[in-house]
Amino acid sequence: MPDGKLTTLTLMQAGQSGTVVQIRGGYRAVSRLSAMGIRPGKRITKVSAMFMRGPVTVQVDRAQLAIGYGVANRIIVALD
Amino acid sequence: MGNPNVGKSVIFSRLTGVHVIASNYPGTTVSYTRGFMKLGKQMAEVIDVPGTYTLEPTSEAEEIALHMLNSGDLVINVVNATNLERNLYLTLQLLERDTPVIIALNMWDDTKHRGIHIDLDQLRKLLAVPTIPTVALTGQGIKELVENIPQATSPETPERSHDERWTAIGKIVQQVQFITHRHHTRFERLTDASVKPLTGSIMAIAVLAISFVVIRFIGEGLIGYVCDPLFNTLWAPVLLRISNFLGGSGFLHHILIGSIINGEINFVQSFGLLSSGLYVPFAMVLPYIISFYLVLGLLEDTGYLPRLAVLMDSAMHRLGLHGYAIIPTLLGLGCNVPAVLATRILESKREQFIAATLISIAVPCAALQAMIFGLVGPHGWQYVAMVYGTLFLVWLILGTILNHAVKGFSPELLIEIPPYRLPPWGTVLQKLWMRTHSFLAEAIPIFLGAILVINILYTLGVFSAIANSTAPVVTGLLGLPKEAVTALVIGFLRKDVALGMLAPLALTAEQLVVGSVVLAMFFPCIATFVVLLRQLGVVNMLKSAAIMVSASVITGGILNLILH
Repeated sequence: MPDGKLTTLTLMQAGQSGTVVQIRGGYRAVSRLSAMGIRPGKRITKVSAMFMRGPVTVQVDRAQLAIGYGVANRIIVALD
Repeated sequence: MGNPNVGKSVIFSRLTGVHVIASNYPGTTVSYTRGFMKLGKQMAEVIDVPGTYTLEPTSEAEEIALHMLNSGDLVINVVNATNLERNLYLTLQLLERDTPVIIALNMWDDTKHRGIHIDLDQLRKLLAVPTIPTVALTGQGIKELVENIPQATSPETPERSHDERWTAIGKIVQQVQFITHRHHTRFERLTDASVKPLTGSIMAIAVLAISFVVIRFIGEGLIGYVCDPLFNTLWAPVLLRISNFLGGSGFLHHILIGSIINGEINFVQSFGLLSSGLYVPFAMVLPYIISFYLVLGLLEDTGYLPRLAVLMDSAMHRLGLHGYAIIPTLLGLGCNVPAVLATRILESKREQFIAATLISIAVPCAALQAMIFGLVGPHGWQYVAMVYGTLFLVWLILGTILNHAVKGFSPELLIEIPPYRLPPWGTVLQKLWMRTHSFLAEAIPIFLGAILVINILYTLGVFSAIANSTAPVVTGLLGLPKEAVTALVIGFLRKDVALGMLAPLALTAEQLVVGSVVLAMFFPCIATFVVLLRQLGVVNMLKSAAIMVSASVITGGILNLILH
């Protein structure tokens, strides 16, 4: 388990990287996110966030994903 | 089968020669397409299905994919070689089933310049099914794929749990994939700018403005330099001769040529099968169909649309939708039929209902827009702006109302953003041809049929009976002459013909604005009606239709009050 400072995807700054620690959500949300490449242990970099509680864009592996604010808020990341 | 946006439709086209619409965004395919390919001496049926990340569907499009999987004898699993780990989840789920599998390791060319090395032999050993590297866009590896289809197998794989699958994938990826570290290129920094709030908004406005200008430029160019001269110099004299031959009046003359205005054929107002019946679809609508779909195709294939969805997400949430609903909406500006079908990429029935209703009410199709340009435009562009402004306001207000009125909640946006790609001209033109062709094949017969019906009903006096009975609403509330109601009736067949029917009525600019708006909103055309009925079911269709009729009468009434 990485021991960096814990934060959420929404609180991270654009450009920061970290490791996904936990996803708080129902089974459907968790399995959907993991199928798209976001699950505990994965390296993640925040690319940008849209204003007015818009979606967060992240880079995982070789893919860029856009995640709605509410879901992004429940993804816990340990910063590098 | 495969993840979204890995190139399934392109591989399908390569295998069967059947062309299907393929674009650079997840969720292009929302239904299935059947085609046939030669396999040895036999013909095999191939089915292109929507993309899915897992075998647990989260949208209607994914349900369709799963349903088709259950009826297949063999699965061609298309895997994105540049994102092996994530793609293998579906692959493992497929291998756990009894159906034989063959893997197309697509986008193979991209792995090299992305610093990804895949040990093919090891991957084949671990997966125990034929695995063929392919580049669908160029056709590389397709022949080998076909040759290896008989070798597809279903290895003995125990059913695993969610976590066990990820552990297994971790082991496979560790053994077969080696990544040379590579820094962010300048190009990638530039592409990131399109999902950052400030730069992204500026880019979106620029992209949409340029698109609009280009669509107008090409559309008007085709009309002014190609279509109009052809019709005026070549076709008009022929029609005048036919008119003389028919004696200048009578039933047949009325049907074929229509009315002669000031001794001339007026292509917009004459309204015969051979005059307006040919001029309106070919010289007013077709040029805009071509220019709109050319620009849309470019936007689709570069991969810009998902970025627009990210940008629009917070705004769309106010209408009870998430950002991805912008894609069906944009498709609706071409034709409402594929737009309503494309709402299948939305996760909930609630979103589908709101999106489909909003599209049918407030998103005018290219054919109708071409007629608005053609008829309202000459009165001044401020009137065209009024039509668009009103429809946009209706879209916003009605969306906000529906968001509060329709029960349920809206799921959050969760999409993959594909890398930008320079669209190959061949595929862009191919897609343009397919869409233009389907307009010609599906719209023109209905179009001509509509004109025939109109002329016959006129002669029989049916229209004046309808016009008289609905006069209070049409004249009292909307401020239109009572004959305009016939246009609303014909709007059910095709809205472009219907708007054309307003042309001979000598309406003022204000009346044309009201007429265009009401016609756009009032009721979907028959083709859209059929897909709406299928998509929403009878009950929701009735609700949707009630919203349409009342919204259009209210909006038309208000607009009439303001403009008078």
